[in-house]
Amino acid sequence: MDMNDFGDRAGSVPNGAASADIATCAPVASPVPWRRVCDVDAIPRLGARVVTSVHGNIAVFRTAADEVFALLDKCPHKGGPLSQGIVFGRKVACPLHGWNINLGEGTAVAPDAGCTRRFAVKIENDAVFLLI
Amino acid sequence: MQKMKLVMIGNGMAGVRTLEELLKIAPDLYDITVFGAEPHANYNRILLSPVLAGEMTLTDIMLNDVDWYAANGITLHLNSKIVRIDRHAKKVIAANGVEAQYDRLLLATGSNPLMLPIPGCGLNGVITYRDIHDTNAMIESASQYQNAVVIGGGLLGLEAANGLKLRGMQVTVVHLMEWLMERQLDRTAARMLQQSLEAKGLRFRLNTQTAEIVGDADGGKAGRVTGVRFKDGSEIAADIVVMAVGIRPNIELAQSAGLFCNRGIVVSDTMQTYDPKIYAVGECVAHRGIGYGLVAPLFEMAKVCANHLAHFGIGRYVGSAISTKLKVTGVDLFSAGDFSGGPDTEEIVLHDSAGGVYKRLVLRDDRVIGSVLYGDTVDGAWYFQLLRDRQSISDIRDHLMFGQSHLGNSGHQGQNKAAAMSDEMEVCGCNGVCKGTIVKAIKGQGLFTLDDVRKYTKASSSCGSCTGLVEQILASTVGGAYEPAAARNKPVCGCTEHTHEEVRRVIREQHLLSIPDVMQFMEWSTPNGCATCRPALNYYLLSTWPHEALDDPQSRFINERAHANIQKDGTYSVIPRMWGGTTNASELRRIADVVDKYKIPTVKVTGGQRMDLLGVRKEDLPSVWRDLDMPSGHAYAKALRTVKTCVGSEWCRFGVQDSTNMGIELEKDLWRMYAPHKVKLAVSGCPRNCAEATIKDVGVIGVDSGWEIYVAGNGGIKAEVAQFLCKLKTREEVLEYAGAFLQLYREEGRYLDRTVHYVARVGLDYIKERIVVHSANRKALYARLRFALQGEPDPWRERAKGAAVREFEPLHV
Repeated sequence: MDMNDFGDRAGSVPNGAASADIATCAPVASPVPWRRVCDVDAIPRLGARVVTSVHGNIAVFRTAADEVFALLDKCPHKGGPLSQGIVFGRKVACPLHGWNINLGEGTAVAPDAGCTRRFAVKIENDAVFLLI
Repeated sequence: MQKMKLVMIGNGMAGVRTLEELLKIAPDLYDITVFGAEPHANYNRILLSPVLAGEMTLTDIMLNDVDWYAANGITLHLNSKIVRIDRHAKKVIAANGVEAQYDRLLLATGSNPLMLPIPGCGLNGVITYRDIHDTNAMIESASQYQNAVVIGGGLLGLEAANGLKLRGMQVTVVHLMEWLMERQLDRTAARMLQQSLEAKGLRFRLNTQTAEIVGDADGGKAGRVTGVRFKDGSEIAADIVVMAVGIRPNIELAQSAGLFCNRGIVVSDTMQTYDPKIYAVGECVAHRGIGYGLVAPLFEMAKVCANHLAHFGIGRYVGSAISTKLKVTGVDLFSAGDFSGGPDTEEIVLHDSAGGVYKRLVLRDDRVIGSVLYGDTVDGAWYFQLLRDRQSISDIRDHLMFGQSHLGNSGHQGQNKAAAMSDEMEVCGCNGVCKGTIVKAIKGQGLFTLDDVRKYTKASSSCGSCTGLVEQILASTVGGAYEPAAARNKPVCGCTEHTHEEVRRVIREQHLLSIPDVMQFMEWSTPNGCATCRPALNYYLLSTWPHEALDDPQSRFINERAHANIQKDGTYSVIPRMWGGTTNASELRRIADVVDKYKIPTVKVTGGQRMDLLGVRKEDLPSVWRDLDMPSGHAYAKALRTVKTCVGSEWCRFGVQDSTNMGIELEKDLWRMYAPHKVKLAVSGCPRNCAEATIKDVGVIGVDSGWEIYVAGNGGIKAEVAQFLCKLKTREEVLEYAGAFLQLYREEGRYLDRTVHYVARVGLDYIKERIVVHSANRKALYARLRFALQGEPDPWRERAKGAAVREFEPLHV
């Protein structure tokens, strides 16, 4: 599979394809190639795993439809660890004060406002790769 | 496929709310066209009075501006009055010649103010009070003229009078009836209202019929108004006359199209007119013979109508009970229901005329059917809820008049009267929200419900102790539009229309065993629920089918999934179980060693008589539990927390019962018991009650001859003293009664309701019936609890041995 083919199950956008209006949420550019994180099955459905990285902890989520998303593990509200929240649809509810964050965009669901950083993610041969 | 065409005639609150509801559930079904006769987009008509009073501006009260219509693909024709409906050709024709075809037509034409057909009603300066145009006319008059006469002492008339007075005019209110607002108030409350309005400078002429309005030309028959003449021959000067004598549903258009109308456009419970392609909502309709003029019922209609327009075909409008709140700053007045009295009704009245407080409740068959409150309306929403829910008040009759006890609530400086608070005062102590912020959000965002306010301001969204205050602020800001949340039939969350009780019943009757099964069977609107419904469903499944339903860790809040309490920095706290608050040297040594080994920064003694180790890293949790080698304290769970005890007869010179060991026995009997919310017990060894048993879910107090059992107390958000259930002789009985009560709560309590809420809902008499009177029932309940707890493992022990390891292990790249 070509490196730029993200497959139909990769939820997040590749590097550089972020919408321009939420600049701070854009995936982080990096010269480092994709890094393998784990098998998809190592992440519980409707759950998340924490991945430690040089950027800090990254939360890698898996939806009921087996889409995978990666966000910085920090709620834009008070920095709560989003990886510990309840995942539903394509959202996660922060465990500290219940803000809902869109997994695809990293943005808070209105009327709350704010966004958390996204990381590009892809699935290949049932393994999860992060671009960090 | 070509979309269907929906045309709406009328651009007011009820109609646009219907469109909003429709767009929420079927955004792509229709091409929508709206015709509005006014030059404005949709604004909040009920806030015209604050605009008139100079408390708000017109821009403040816009609900949907023209951009909203554009953004939702709605074609908007302003200044376009529809003059004809051609039902045969399915099209509408506007006065300006614009036409539109429809597949479905929605009539939301509202109502027109009544103009008394008296001589002079057509003079310049005689106006009604209905829309922005009228409001502007009044504001303009107030800047040029001195004397205003308002004909009509109802809600609208008084608000108009108040506004004109605040704008500097001399205002006289003329009213035909014996007292003001006779449809909403009794004589006493109306008298008090009149006095307080007189103190503000308004003048009143009651029992007075207007004969004629006099002008300045043609012998008084033309020109501009100069005065008002009454039936008794007297006359007062007037530069403007405001007619506020009532409204009439605007049905001419519907009538001319041949639709069946009586007082309004007649609709069914699905808001359909006699032409199945034509629906109607709002003030223009007559539903079951009743027309509604307040916004709350109109919004209910909107919801039902949207549902049927969207082809969902569920939901019926069955009529509304309505309440009234006068939007005059500084006047606190609330009325609801029927308070005309009668031979089969009873009354409870509290009247302090010097203090300016009057409360009257009208009861029939142990139910509230009407209430009038003046001066202290803090409990208006509660009485209204009792009224709407038709809840029996026999249990609470002795203190009904004193309201829903807010005294135990904390976090808002002991305030329980929102009107007395200044804008800077903090209402919500959890989220730091001041009164002014809430009022601004309600006005600025056009909020109508408690949930809206919670969403936008966060007030009352955490511990909820300020809910009563927020409801009051909402009620006084939006007036008649406010509708207290219906506690009886509230859906579990936005994912479903079903209530907690319906969900439980279906789980039991259909023997459903998993969350997807429930969601599929009950037609959840979301693919996998939300953070509100999933934990509730998980609990309902497990409590209904113990050992059968499968626990879903992903539907548990993190604390229950990780078996420790998440802290603000993402670390966790660990509270091991100490039976009845007792410990020993070996346990304390192990705790000390664990604190050293894992560098745990804080050790604290909890309120529940145990030790809290704070700041534990998540990945350390399994080994901390292994090294502690103590049972899980479940301080993280909606489950049995602690059984607090005093020393009791073993050591205490006053103790008459061995409370410590009774507490240990109870705790060993009940631990690992999950419940709708946390459960706390306490056992005291004598009536001095050092274990504070009277603020616990179950409190046991030793007396010389046995044990007294108290239930449904509470200490935190809402301080509530536990109620006496019964007196028992033996320790075995204490275990059985306590267990049976908690099992009843486990089976019937709504998720996140504490026992205090549950018992308030069902009544203590019911609890006594099930637990004390029927011993077979009690024994069966207790047996079901024993069955549920049988073999339930200690989650810490399991995880210390390696269960669910990936929950705790981070990944690395």
